[in-house]
Amino acid sequence: MDRKLPPEVARDKDAILKEANGLLKDPGKRRLLGNVLTLGGLSLATGILIRDEQSVKKILQRISRFNDGAQAALFDPNDMAPEYPRSDISNPFPYNAFYPLAKVPKVDGDSFRLQLAGKIADKRPWDLPALYALPQVSQVTRHICVEGWSAIGEWGGVVFSDFLKRIGADTTCKYVGFKCADGYHTSIDMPTALHAQTILAFTFRGHTLPTWYGYPMKLRMPTKLGYKNPKHITEIFVTNDHPGGFWEDQGYNWFGGS
Amino acid sequence: MAEESDKSSVHPWWLRMVHWMNAAGVIILILSGWQIYNATGFMGFKFPREVTLGRWLGGGIQWHFAAMWLLWGVAVFYLVMATVTGRWQRKFWPVSIPGIFRDLKATFTGKLSHTDLRIYNYVQKAAYLFVMLDITVLILSGLVLWKNVQFPILRMLMFGYEGARLIHFVAMVAMCGFIVVHVVMALLVPKTIKAMLWGR
Repeated sequence: MDRKLPPEVARDKDAILKEANGLLKDPGKRRLLGNVLTLGGLSLATGILIRDEQSVKKILQRISRFNDGAQAALFDPNDMAPEYPRSDISNPFPYNAFYPLAKVPKVDGDSFRLQLAGKIADKRPWDLPALYALPQVSQVTRHICVEGWSAIGEWGGVVFSDFLKRIGADTTCKYVGFKCADGYHTSIDMPTALHAQTILAFTFRGHTLPTWYGYPMKLRMPTKLGYKNPKHITEIFVTNDHPGGFWEDQGYNWFGGS
Repeated sequence: MAEESDKSSVHPWWLRMVHWMNAAGVIILILSGWQIYNATGFMGFKFPREVTLGRWLGGGIQWHFAAMWLLWGVAVFYLVMATVTGRWQRKFWPVSIPGIFRDLKATFTGKLSHTDLRIYNYVQKAAYLFVMLDITVLILSGLVLWKNVQFPILRMLMFGYEGARLIHFVAMVAMCGFIVVHVVMALLVPKTIKAMLWGR
């Protein structure tokens, strides 16, 4: 066990060991002391953990930020979410929000204007007929909720990257943020905003988006969890300052990619 | 071999480290996983709040996606070390179905020998290989749940998102089963616990 230590250190070590051995001659007691110390250390560590819940929270949030980066690195714009036949569409498709169905905002389609802000060249607001007049696509994809359940739906609208180009958005920016009629807000990374399956959706199953699914429009991304797919969008902005989000600020992972 | 210098050690230091770090990671993952599961309770029941980690869904997810790095890191480290040190051949070879049945019989008739903790009996071999396979399944199905668009082949192997969800749950149940048996066995032969803590 003894490796070559400087003589004075070796002497100190011997002296300390001698003293310790003197204190507890019985090897059984020594072992007991060792166990008690281990137990004590463990309970102390637990105590620190419980008392310092805030610092644990901070560490977990930091790891969550790290996971944002890991997901951004894993993200491949060429990977497509699976698309399904219409016969696979979930019926009924679940309603989910941070408020009950009765509280769903009622947006007046005639006076509605989609606002644009931030690093966008052409910030003129859009009315619904102008948005409906753009080339439309549709997709049958799986919506995955952070709670774990999933459901297949069909959404139709404009390819979001086309829309961003049309309004002259600076796509070298990091984030696209969304403000919603129900007070919800969220933001996404630019690579996901430019993904081919990311659409600004106006329809569900071929009909105008029902109020409870996000009338007048929602951002549909099969590459992200449900809470990243904002409903009732009223404003889109492009920025380099991390905008956070309603759930994200409370602890949901910001990237929220699937 | 690397461990010959320390003949009295039942388990090398790196294995003991792996064991306890893995135990911590798995327990955090299970308890936070129960928190996440409780958001839907899709198997028709919910876990008592008191045994879940993270206080709410968001907290449970934060714990889960932090501890996953620990599990992955430990798993990779173990695979590398077990390969480099030749642990695979030494501890897990040979393993055979008749051998497992023979030792299972010995287990239940109380005749299983634990004289040399360095040698795994066939039931131990089977149990440890099983739990390694289970962790592999948990990691792969977990990856499909976490990033199901980014892992198309894995997604296919796991029968899609909902398939991965079910597999992840069943593999968790299997893990809990292993832990119960493992802890009971260790308590029945307490010197195994000492050996896993201090190496002898």
